Amino acid sequence: MTVAQPTPPQEKVQPQGTRLRNGRWSGFLHILDVRLRELWREPEVIFWVFGFPILLALGLGIAFRDKPPEIVRVAIVSGPESQNALSMIQRAPGGSSIHADVLDESTALRGLRLGKYDLVMESNNQGGYLYRYDPARPESVFARARVDDCLQAGAGRKDSIPTSAVASTEPGSRYIDFLIPGLLGMNLMNAAMWGIGFALVDMRQRKLLKRFVATPMRRSDFLLALLSSRLVLMLVEVTLLLGFGVLAFHMRILGSPLSILMIGAVGAISFGGLGLLTASRAQKIESASGLMNLVMMPMWIFSGVFFSGERFPAVVQPFIKALPLTALNDALRATILDGASLASQSGRILVLVVWGCVSFVLALRWFRWT
Amino acid sequence: MPAAIQCRDLRKTYDGKVEAVRGLNLEIQAGECFGLLGPNGAGKTTTIEILEGLLETTSGEVTILGQTWKSHARELREKVGISLQETRLSEKLTVRETVALFASFYREPRPVTEVLESLQLEEKADSWVGKLSGGQRQRLAVATALVGSPRVLFLDEPTTGLDPQSRRQLWDIIRAFQKTGGTVLLTTHYMDEAERLCDRLAIVDHGQIIAEGSPAELIERLGGHHVIEFSLAGNSHGSVETWKALPGVDSVHNEDGLVSLNVREPHHTIPALLDAVDKQSAQLEHLTTRQASLEDVFVRLTGRHLRED
Repeated sequence: MTVAQPTPPQEKVQPQGTRLRNGRWSGFLHILDVRLRELWREPEVIFWVFGFPILLALGLGIAFRDKPPEIVRVAIVSGPESQNALSMIQRAPGGSSIHADVLDESTALRGLRLGKYDLVMESNNQGGYLYRYDPARPESVFARARVDDCLQAGAGRKDSIPTSAVASTEPGSRYIDFLIPGLLGMNLMNAAMWGIGFALVDMRQRKLLKRFVATPMRRSDFLLALLSSRLVLMLVEVTLLLGFGVLAFHMRILGSPLSILMIGAVGAISFGGLGLLTASRAQKIESASGLMNLVMMPMWIFSGVFFSGERFPAVVQPFIKALPLTALNDALRATILDGASLASQSGRILVLVVWGCVSFVLALRWFRWT
Repeated sequence: MPAAIQCRDLRKTYDGKVEAVRGLNLEIQAGECFGLLGPNGAGKTTTIEILEGLLETTSGEVTILGQTWKSHARELREKVGISLQETRLSEKLTVRETVALFASFYREPRPVTEVLESLQLEEKADSWVGKLSGGQRQRLAVATALVGSPRVLFLDEPTTGLDPQSRRQLWDIIRAFQKTGGTVLLTTHYMDEAERLCDRLAIVDHGQIIAEGSPAELIERLGGHHVIEFSLAGNSHGSVETWKALPGVDSVHNEDGLVSLNVREPHHTIPALLDAVDKQSAQLEHLTTRQASLEDVFVRLTGRHLRED
């Protein structure tokens, strides 16, 4: 099925006073206008496209915010040595970050089991101490090392090499800084896939696509308008999410807004093409949504939205790098966090463009209007 | 001047098995209102969608206003208006926005306000489509077909499921379009609609035209003018041959003991019928006469009713 109707030679029309004449782009502009209006009148869509990513950023940002130095909770089993141990720990430098209670053995062990205490220490009756800890709990392992350190220092151990440390909590290196560009990429993918794929299958199911091709509407204009509506929404999505990062988490954006928007636009169009392809034949919303989840699932996992894709084994790295969402996320992070130039991201942009073009061409070939 | 709609030996086979349309010929002149009448599944929708250029034929030829869909698709799209059997227009657009959207596809559309006025939708112009009644929705569907100021209008079951008042409103709209010189092709399974609205009609069954002509012609030719219906006491219905032999009887149809005779002159047939009943020493339980309708034509041709529900 061809998409563009051949333009016929202009017909001779009798001039008539009150007749309207539509320009070449009238259909395109009306479809675009109507798409945006419909979206705006759908409050749930507004929430899922714009509100949800912000809530997600807020939730994860708070969950992984920079915490004050962790307090280690230790239970000391009461006995002849327990007061001595307590005072040694409290005396030691850094002892203020250790909260110690003296308890009887069963209460102490239950506290450890329930996670109320990270560590239980008791006298081994030979002038030393026995630690009970849970090696599966990082904070328990940490507590053992920390308490032991304080205990040794309190007992007068001297460090052989003097060391010091500086805490890094600068904007730009925190989890939220990593997260927001990833959320932005994921949101551009989700919104494009759903926004285009869902809308198309819905219109096909309602026979609206069939009704449209029963008019002189240019089919390519219709698809173009759908993709263009993604561009408009992309502007809003990028502005909202980055604006939120700046206002709520004092995120620093180093890249130029133009580069960021350019990458966003390429991403939105590329995923729009993929959405078009996914929805090119499906007759029912159910089958389309299954297909879309199938396409998006690997990218949610591998493409470095919530954690870096680099953590996967080296064998799968070429596959991960070839995914469009990986390219989009990496390019967004590079520009937003490191201020990389557009030219330096050309490889990743190329990945997106190839995905977009191939999907679009295949979609046009397979597309079903009825 | 070429026929507005013409097709020759139209065939459509789905998946190489189901023959939906089996050799259909039509010639509809400009300015005519032509109806395809038939039961559900007769192939009406397949036929009209082929004529609308929305379905490929398996074989056969279609020309609309002397042009074919293959060679003049875009030009023809400007000249035809289409209302599909079931289109759910976007619920969250207003009536005006919907008509304006369709108007934007045509090179020279009619002004939106004028179309809304002529379809009695101006009061609803700013309501969402989702809030419209069935009749209003159907008028809106026709509005989207008329906004391009078409010369040929295709309507697939335009009044199915509508209340009588909404149906009459739509009939008026269709007649008004016809008065401006437009050609209409519609499908329906309503007898009265076909009888009142169409200049000519074709009765379609199993993908073929089984009769064609003006409603009056068809009734005259196939139905007789009048129908006498009677039943006999005790569930007997006598022999068909006896009734057929009565003066002026064209055909006999027996359905569960209710015998219908298609007759030309009831005043000759009824006395003979009463005599015959007497001779058989049977007793009449029920006797009526009425004008023949297209339903009778259909029953006569197929032995079935148009709407079996």
